[in-house]
Amino acid sequence: MITLKEIENLAALARISLTEDEKERMRGEFDAILGYVASIRNVSAASAKNIRSIVATVNVMREDGTPHESGIYTDVLIGAAPRREGNYVKVKKIL
Amino acid sequence: MILRYTLHATRFMSIDLKTLTIKKAHDALIHGEYSALELSEAYLSEIEKKNAGLNAYLEVFDDAREQAKEADRLIKAGKAVMLTGIPIALKDNILMKGKKVSASSKILQGYVAPYDSTAISKLKAERVVVLGRTNMDEFAMGSSTETSYFGPTRNPYDTSRVPGGSSGGAAAAVGADLALASLGTDTAGSVRQPAAFCGVVGSKPTYGSISRHGIIAMGSSLDIIGPITKTVEDSEILFDAIRGKDVLDSTSIELNTKRSTLNAERFVVGVPRNFLDAKGIDEDVLANFSESVERLQKLGCRVQDITLPTVPHALAAYYVIMPAELSTNLSRFDGVKYGFHKDGESLLGDYVATRTEGFGMEARRRLLLGAYVLSSGYRDAYYRKAISVRAMIEKEFTQAFKSVDIIAIPTTPTPAFKIGEKTKDPLSMYMEDIFTVPANIGAIPAVSIPSGFVERDGKRLPLGFQIMAGYGHDKLLFKLGKKFESK
Repeated sequence: MITLKEIENLAALARISLTEDEKERMRGEFDAILGYVASIRNVSAASAKNIRSIVATVNVMREDGTPHESGIYTDVLIGAAPRREGNYVKVKKIL
Repeated sequence: MILRYTLHATRFMSIDLKTLTIKKAHDALIHGEYSALELSEAYLSEIEKKNAGLNAYLEVFDDAREQAKEADRLIKAGKAVMLTGIPIALKDNILMKGKKVSASSKILQGYVAPYDSTAISKLKAERVVVLGRTNMDEFAMGSSTETSYFGPTRNPYDTSRVPGGSSGGAAAAVGADLALASLGTDTAGSVRQPAAFCGVVGSKPTYGSISRHGIIAMGSSLDIIGPITKTVEDSEILFDAIRGKDVLDSTSIELNTKRSTLNAERFVVGVPRNFLDAKGIDEDVLANFSESVERLQKLGCRVQDITLPTVPHALAAYYVIMPAELSTNLSRFDGVKYGFHKDGESLLGDYVATRTEGFGMEARRRLLLGAYVLSSGYRDAYYRKAISVRAMIEKEFTQAFKSVDIIAIPTTPTPAFKIGEKTKDPLSMYMEDIFTVPANIGAIPAVSIPSGFVERDGKRLPLGFQIMAGYGHDKLLFKLGKKFESK
């Protein structure tokens, strides 16, 4: 059983706030979902050793270089930010 | 003026959209039976009539006619290729430069794509006509299109039912003749399940065979773009147009398509009986599946039972892997970089206020799940375990495809369900993906093909028949699929 405190901690990690009702509801749903998901624990892991995925999981590197002229995307990308000041994204003071 | 308009209207009304395919439209366009503009006008007029009742499109692009005129210039110059002038729709998570894209979430309110996805740049080069963007479950989280911030899409066969999801708008658009084809994305069944519910063909290609550059990420190790079309042949045409290795997606691959010379009639088809015994599968779905398997036998295919003991655990593994990946992918939505912003008392307060109001309930549920399965103390029990189950499933498929060419299974456990029927119980919604998610977990290709109808409350509802092939063997599916639909 997951506790209300755990739900609150997870919400804090996810940068989300929940109402008291939502926390209760989420707790019930979590128990059902985690109960279902727990079935993977019954799968014997012995045969899973030394299996390499068919999907290649290797790092793909490229040479350092200049992929494009500096600054050509700046305006459109910064322009997507809700708050901007010149070529900076504006946020609230941190310190 | 009036006379000209009438003539014009009569002309595009005569295009029979119901039976139209990409191939037929292409032939008609190059032979001058109608123009790309007239073809697009025919679809735009259907959208005008039906979209209010279906909510399939979120936006019809204001330059659709301009795109069609561009295509006509190419056709006139004799330079048309297969997709020139073909009107398609996009799921609202595929970027097209200068167009709004929102993953049907409030948190991307007002966001305009700053670049083209690789799939779109390839289609633009062929001068396809993109009519608009279609509704979906928020960030592709759902099997009914009900989690969209913009309200549910309705099933064209019965508007009291869901079109499936998450690519519900894209599937409903093709099913209702509001587009000749569309592109969706499939992370656990999000192309195949709505395709089945809307009576159209939905493909989920081999993982990596289409670049993910420019699609809004959900589960990065599972996501793939998939075509939604009227026929298997159309599906292959779209797939061939957008696939290929891309330097902008390091997980993309070039498929080796020169493999099998075997005729589809000689294919060995495996049926995983142990999987079909699962609870909650509709009797009519099972009966329809048996008929479909018999159709393959009549074609000459040899059908044999196979056992896939670990594959039924794919959905459980998915509900660990996907939330882990999606909670990471969705961390970028903070009210700073793009989209919706809500003020809090501090920078952290801004994040929390923006995300709490910007994300819907299902997104929040899965963000918490992701945080849970990645927390210290649970990571080994859930995430690492799920990764090893995934590896076992891949191996099980690899083994199975040594003795069979194709594995057949229903696309969905039930026909389209009622709007609101499953929204109160997330787990029952998740179970919708039970037959589609194994292909994503196994990275293999799968296609859902219309296989007939069942009757519910006096309405005919379509069903889908799903065939899967080994990693990289997408072409086998198209080969068999074309035979299946002609039977």
